[in-house]
Amino acid sequence: MSEEPILAVEGLTIDIPMAQGTLHAVRGIDFELNRGETLCIVGESGSGKSLTSLAVMGLLPKRLECTARKLAFCGTELQGLPPSAMRQLRGNRMAMIFQEPMTSLNPAYTIGDQLAEALLLHRRVGKAEARTRAVELLGKVGITAAESRLSQYPHQLSGGLRQRVMIAMALMCEPELVIADEPTTALDVTIQAQILRLLVDLQREMNMAMILVTHDLGVVARVADKVAVMYAGEVVEQGTAREIFENPSHPYTQGLLRCIPVPGRTKPGEHLGSIPGIVPSLIGKVEGCAFRTRCDLAESACAKPIPIHETEGGHSWRCIHSHMDRMPA
Amino acid sequence: MSAAASPPPVLELSGVTKTYRVKQGLFSRPKPLRAVGGVDLRIHKKDVLGLVGESGCGKSTLAKILLGLEAPTSGRVMVDGREVSGQDRTLLARRIQPIFQDPYSSLNPRKSIEDIITLPLVVHKVGDSASREQAVSKMLDLVGLPQRVRRGYPNQLSGGQRQRVAIARALVMKPEIVICDEPTSALDVSVQSQILNLLGDLRQELALTYLFISHNLAVIEHLATRVAVMYLGRIVEEATAADLFAEPRHPYTKALLASVLTPDPSMSVPDTQLGASYPNPIAPPGGCHFHPRCAAIRDICRTVPPPHVSDAKGHVDCHLYAERTQAA
Repeated sequence: MSEEPILAVEGLTIDIPMAQGTLHAVRGIDFELNRGETLCIVGESGSGKSLTSLAVMGLLPKRLECTARKLAFCGTELQGLPPSAMRQLRGNRMAMIFQEPMTSLNPAYTIGDQLAEALLLHRRVGKAEARTRAVELLGKVGITAAESRLSQYPHQLSGGLRQRVMIAMALMCEPELVIADEPTTALDVTIQAQILRLLVDLQREMNMAMILVTHDLGVVARVADKVAVMYAGEVVEQGTAREIFENPSHPYTQGLLRCIPVPGRTKPGEHLGSIPGIVPSLIGKVEGCAFRTRCDLAESACAKPIPIHETEGGHSWRCIHSHMDRMPA
Repeated sequence: MSAAASPPPVLELSGVTKTYRVKQGLFSRPKPLRAVGGVDLRIHKKDVLGLVGESGCGKSTLAKILLGLEAPTSGRVMVDGREVSGQDRTLLARRIQPIFQDPYSSLNPRKSIEDIITLPLVVHKVGDSASREQAVSKMLDLVGLPQRVRRGYPNQLSGGQRQRVAIARALVMKPEIVICDEPTSALDVSVQSQILNLLGDLRQELALTYLFISHNLAVIEHLATRVAVMYLGRIVEEATAADLFAEPRHPYTKALLASVLTPDPSMSVPDTQLGASYPNPIAPPGGCHFHPRCAAIRDICRTVPPPHVSDAKGHVDCHLYAERTQAA
């Protein structure tokens, strides 16, 4: 397939000027996303995964410095696009679902008004038509008695319902790309499973591309086509979900997978694996592998520029150790 | 149950209820909200009782009752066979200590780490300043923090280190029971495993008993010896962790376990079959509270509250099992 990717990112860098110096929050990351694909960006807090998604949406605060060799949506370079053109895309062809539905819905407007807004803004439709579409989508996201929900305010809904409204809102204009930043973190396990299933079903039905930002490896395994593991502002490993889980190649990915209890694999009460130490400061010049301070396999070469290994299947990792000489997981 | 043979449970709840009165509008009359409705629970020494359930099911209210922060509306709470209501609050606090979810908000940002850890000793007038200083050193060692943090403040520590401070503060009074309310859910994956390992080690070392509240069932399966499943203020199933995870009995427990996302890329997102959303606790459904969401519903479930079926394994409140025991 020589189809143009929905999203192509090359060398994305985000710097945050601080009193103590520049914080290199995202340090040159590359990824690509095709129609109908789901990319999961995994990482711990401070790894730069949320900033990356905000950068794609053009929602970064102005004081941050964001550069990239390429940041293209369906072939259109987003950098330097006038704000009006960016607004034309946002909410229309690309949409975002945030983590906290309570803070990202406007408490002063009804659900119906908030759902209709995007459609009235981007499409030549009347209020009645927007309303019909809102009811249709609320039904699609599994909200019963959708008609009567339109006049309700966000505080009258439960957390699960609010997140469904957020999803419906993002999908009003049938976007080609949806970015969901920890969409289920604030929810109960049962609701989490329902919401994820809903997202996956809708994504297939509408053939959207989706970026899911999460720290939950369980979610990643079940939802992702492709996975990008971020550590300290870099993508340290990237590949298909199967490759990442069955053949993790970066020591950080291997460490993360050892940290979580897996029923049937970890014995109850037994010590879980852990990653000693803490994430290094990204203020000032960062050289070599940022993970070397916590890595069992670290050696002097880790302080120098790190090569990227890549297999034919598109599995790549940033480590001095290649497949052959790495330790068994 | 062979309660006579074993020593009395270190913590026992019988028929505990808690009703709040809530107003839904400015001029409406307050309505009763039954946050906890008739809970019987026993925790034996060195057990880890995992308490699971969705938000709003009453887990945290139950924890507050155990900590003496809320008085039960009815029912009894007993520690070592002695009723709590008669006891002094401070006495109770010496034996039961909490560890909360969010280490960012549960530590006073204006107190040094040393002050935070010694506060329980000061409140309970234990020891003098020299012995308290010693206690802090010991606690820091115990939870794996370097001695130099004692003069520091919470904002200088990472999330995992703060949770270690919270654990040190909980253990400085040498309690027997620790109530852990979602102790790792605010932490990153790699830090979470460190804290879970620490809690496991401390339990062995100090012969602690935990009530472990979490929505992460993989964590519960890893750490708990017994598990209680709560739904709308009631414990609908209770069993040993091994039994409950191997053979869940209540349809709600089954649905909960089905929604656990194990990191297996060959599987997709499960269908939990839990159609309707969580019911309004002010107007709970009649009969079995779970019936509107139940995959195995029968006519009787709509009208008749489920029986309390207990056996050697534990108990389950469900019509499905009443019939089976009668037939047998």
